[in-house]
Amino acid sequence: MIEVEDVHFTYPIGVEALKGVSLTIKDGEFIAIMGQNGAGKTTLIKHFNGLLKPTKGEVLVDGVNTKNTSVAKLARNVGFVFQNPDNQLFCETVEEEVAFALKNFGFKETTWKKRVTWALNLLGLTEYRKTSPFMLSGGERKRVALASVLAWNPKVVAMDEPTIGQDYQQKEILRQFIIQLNTQGKTVVVVTHDVEFVAECNPRVILMSEGKIVADGVGNKVLTDVDRLTQASIVPPQITQIFMRLADFGLPVDVIDIYEAREILLKRLGKK
Amino acid sequence: MSVFDGLRFRRVSSPIHVLDPRIKFLYVCSIFVVAIIFWELLPLLILFLMQIPFVLLARVQKEWVRSLRGAAFLAAIIFSTNIIFRFIYANYTLTAHDIEYASAMMLRFVVLVESFSIFFLTTSPDHLGLALEQSHVPYEFCFAFTTAVRFVPVLADEAQTIMDAQKSRGLELEKGNFLKRVRNYIPILIPLIISAIRRSLELAEAMESRAWGAIEKRTNLYILKIRKADYLLILISILILIVGVYIKFYVFVPSFSDFLGL
Repeated sequence: MIEVEDVHFTYPIGVEALKGVSLTIKDGEFIAIMGQNGAGKTTLIKHFNGLLKPTKGEVLVDGVNTKNTSVAKLARNVGFVFQNPDNQLFCETVEEEVAFALKNFGFKETTWKKRVTWALNLLGLTEYRKTSPFMLSGGERKRVALASVLAWNPKVVAMDEPTIGQDYQQKEILRQFIIQLNTQGKTVVVVTHDVEFVAECNPRVILMSEGKIVADGVGNKVLTDVDRLTQASIVPPQITQIFMRLADFGLPVDVIDIYEAREILLKRLGKK
Repeated sequence: MSVFDGLRFRRVSSPIHVLDPRIKFLYVCSIFVVAIIFWELLPLLILFLMQIPFVLLARVQKEWVRSLRGAAFLAAIIFSTNIIFRFIYANYTLTAHDIEYASAMMLRFVVLVESFSIFFLTTSPDHLGLALEQSHVPYEFCFAFTTAVRFVPVLADEAQTIMDAQKSRGLELEKGNFLKRVRNYIPILIPLIISAIRRSLELAEAMESRAWGAIEKRTNLYILKIRKADYLLILISILILIVGVYIKFYVFVPSFSDFLGL
C-alpha cells in the first residue's frame, strides 16, 4: 500500500511541482495518472520509490516512510519503468541488462539466471538474449527496459508514459500485458497522456493539474467528466464524445468502452 | 556542481546584462591582471568589494553567492596549504603576516572566481557567440562554442534522469571502496555518452536541413554596438588597470598586521 499524505514538492530551482497531494493506493490496484505537461505526474510517482523526497508531507510505502529509506531499498518493492529506455540501457547484451538490477539486489547466480530467462520469455525477448540492446528497435528497447524491472518481481510497477512512440499493435500487447500483471495481483501505476489507452483499460483514473489532484475515481466517471477533463487539458475518449453528442436521443453519457457502446447501440437499433 | 551553478546564465534585464560582452570581458581581464600583480591583502580586499555594486546592479546576488560557496572548498585548500608551508618554512612558527599572506592568496582566488562568475552570469551564451563572431573568430568555432555552452544544462538534466533510472534498478552510487565507486558510474556514463552522440548527429541533420553553411558570409539579426555605458565601463577598466599598476610600482601598500601593530 502506498500512502501519500499532503505532499508538497519544490525542485531546487524553485518550481513547486506538487502542492498538497493526498492519495492512497491499495495493493493490487490499477491506476492511471493523467494531466497536462507539467502537472506533476512524474514528480508524484518519483516519490513512490524515494527518488524524490517530499519537501512537506509524507509518503509511506507499506508503512515505511520514504524520507529515511534509500532508493535501492524501496525499489525492491516499487519498480519504476522510465519513459525513455535509452536512459538506462548500457550493457553489452540484453541478458546482462536484465540481470543488472538482480545483481544489485543481491540475488544468487542460479536465481538471477532463472529470473532473466523468465522475464525475457514473459516479454517475448528470448531470441534477443545475446543481442546488444542498442541494436534493437525502439519498441523492443522499451520491452527490455520493462523486462529489466519485472525481473525482480516488484509488488508495485510504476510506468512513465509506456505508450509513447509505440505503434497500435505494440500498445495492444502492452495493454494485455498490464492487465495480466494486474490480475496476477500487482499494483500497476501508469502515467500517460493517452486517453484512448486508458479508456480501453478502464482503471482508476487520477487527474492532475498544476500540482494538485483534481479528480480521482473509476475510469468511466472521471473520463466523462468534461469540466474536470478540460481543467487537466484532456479530451474525453472518442466513444464518449460520440455518446455525448447523441445525448438528445436518451443515450448514456458515461460510456468509455467500445463493447459496452456496441451493446447499447444494438439495443437502441432494435437488433437485440 | 554548485561552482557551475554560479556560471549558469539566467535571463534578467539589468544595466549590466545589456553591456557589450567584449567590454565586460575587458573589465574582467583588467580585474584579473590587477588581482594577479598584488600579493597584499588590502588591494585584493578592495578589488573584492568593488565587484559588489556590479552584482547588485545586475541583480544576480543569489547565483553569485552560490558560486562563491562553490569556490569555498578550493579557497579553503589554498588558505590551508599556504599556512602549512609558511609554517614549515619559518621553522614552525606562525606570525600575523603569514595569516595575512594566506588570506590574500585565498582572496585572490575568490576575486578571480567572482569576476568570471559575474561575466558568465550576466552574459547570455548567444551574446557571447555574437561577441566572438564580431571579433572575427571563424563562425564554425563560434557555433561550436555556443552549442557546447547551450547543451551543458541539457546534459546535466539528462545525467540526473539516467542516475534516477539506474538508482531505480538498485544501483547504489555511494557504495563500496574508491574503485568500486568509480565503476558505479559506468551505468551512468554509457547512456549519457550514447545519447550525446545521438543528439549531435540529430543536431547535425537539423542544421543541414536548415541550410547551415549555405552562404559564406552570414548576416546577423543583432549587431553589437558600443554605447555610452560601454564607454564608461572601458574607462573604469582602464582606470582600474592604471591605478593598480601605479600603486604596485610607486605606492607602498601597508599590511594589516603592521597597521594593527601585530
